[in-house]
Amino acid sequence: MGFTLLYLSLIVLIPLAAIVYKTTSLTWDQFWHAVGDPRALAAYRLSFGASLIGAVINLVFGLLVAWVLVRYTFPGKRLVDMLVDLPFALPTAVAGISLTAVYAPNGWIGRYLEPLGIKAAFTPLGVVVALTFEGLPFVVRTVQPVLQDLEAEFEEAAASLGAGRLQIFARILLPSLVPPLLTGFTLAFARGVGEYGSVVFISGNMPMRTEIAPLLIVTKLEQYDYAGATAIALVMLAASFVLLLTINLLQAWTRRGHRP
Amino acid sequence: MGRDRHPRPTRTMTEPPAVRWMLIGAALLFLGVFLLLPLAAVFANAIARGIEAYVAALREPDALAAIRLTLLTAAIAVPLNLVFGVAAAWAIAKFEFAGKNLLITLIDLPLSVSPVVSGLIYVLLFGLQGLLGPWLAAHDITIIFALPGIALATIFVTLPFVARELIPLMQSQGSEEEEAAMTLGASGWQTFLRISLPKMKWGLLYGVVLCNARAMGEFGAVSVVSGHIRGRTTTIPLHVEILYNEYQFAAAFAVASLLTLLALVTLAVKAVVEAHSQRTSVG
Repeated sequence: MGFTLLYLSLIVLIPLAAIVYKTTSLTWDQFWHAVGDPRALAAYRLSFGASLIGAVINLVFGLLVAWVLVRYTFPGKRLVDMLVDLPFALPTAVAGISLTAVYAPNGWIGRYLEPLGIKAAFTPLGVVVALTFEGLPFVVRTVQPVLQDLEAEFEEAAASLGAGRLQIFARILLPSLVPPLLTGFTLAFARGVGEYGSVVFISGNMPMRTEIAPLLIVTKLEQYDYAGATAIALVMLAASFVLLLTINLLQAWTRRGHRP
Repeated sequence: MGRDRHPRPTRTMTEPPAVRWMLIGAALLFLGVFLLLPLAAVFANAIARGIEAYVAALREPDALAAIRLTLLTAAIAVPLNLVFGVAAAWAIAKFEFAGKNLLITLIDLPLSVSPVVSGLIYVLLFGLQGLLGPWLAAHDITIIFALPGIALATIFVTLPFVARELIPLMQSQGSEEEEAAMTLGASGWQTFLRISLPKMKWGLLYGVVLCNARAMGEFGAVSVVSGHIRGRTTTIPLHVEILYNEYQFAAAFAVASLLTLLALVTLAVKAVVEAHSQRTSVG
């Protein structure tokens, strides 16, 4: 118990407090200048916007993948189920360079997008692709157990009363799936907002256009602008806290929702 | 997975075959494009210049130095987080105390903090401009741009993994058997080694393997504290980045394929652990 707290304080709490402490060495004017300058605003917009789009894609396809894995049988299902966790286990830098290779103009997918006038690598679209990859397991893994534990009785009752499959899905299944869906969505979003390794390779890192907020922190650090880097880090940290709180509330809701 | 608790769905309970196969096809297409292609791309690019170039990229001195540093970092971070994870899960599962939910949230915190911020906090503490920087410099201790900083950032990022695997497991197992052992006169250590450890070994194994994979693959946090001194403070992921930025793509992918293999092993261990825990929970 004492060890747990000591270790947490040394590794997590005290270092995090350093950010807040360092920020207090700035005046309000300096702080607002660092946090609200147009380049920083563009970086937040990209980080939050691309994470949002990635999380929406994962919401739709995560539900689809979870559904297919729980309800149907098909050859290679166990392998597919195993592969879903790949983004958790694959280092972000490796994901970054291989996604870039696939989506670059001469890559396996990029070469078919190019004639259509779509550029994926080195554009904001590339950022969305990387964040969709990184967030992929979250919705699947939050929805899957809930879908597995749903009782068949209500579906059977509805079917015997003449409801169609779509009606059953929308009226009976979807309401119990909303809490895990939202949890997975928020987890994927939170992961995307802070993501760095996979994005820096595919985005091209142009200020104002394809520069994400974590990269801006690194850039400022490399220019020895410690105060500026810390101010943006504080904004990101505040966003993490809010998202973490939201995730905790959603998880509590999910547990309440599907307790038998 | 095959946890069929309900009787087989009747015809009214499932979709027509055409719809079913369309949904399966759409799901597989999505996973194929987003997971399988990037995975295949790593290996295809790694051997694009032939097997000899592949082996040469791995045997180059800087690559070997990066592999050594990565192994060393993991050897520091994983055991520490293993001990922490067991202690934290033990405290949370077996005792009641105020602020337990706060503690769980704090353990999860490194997962939602951006890796870049995780690295930055140690630069702010121990860097030359940092709070303790002048004192450390006066005593000739370097933490940032050296192994201690890399190890610290890695410990931070991988802190939750063992604890997160164990907490739900130990909570669901309860502590009756431990209490029985205690009343029969077993000491705290005996109870832990003979009763608790065997009960949690599968969860522990996956937690350690996942923690290790993340420790070896961490990029953002380590990149901030490492200083990128080639052959000295570059871990495997940082070495991949350097090669890639020098347009040595085949070599970058060759080194990256090591980490990819590690990821695949991690996924395989997870599948084995899940199969085991299901068998024991059913049997």
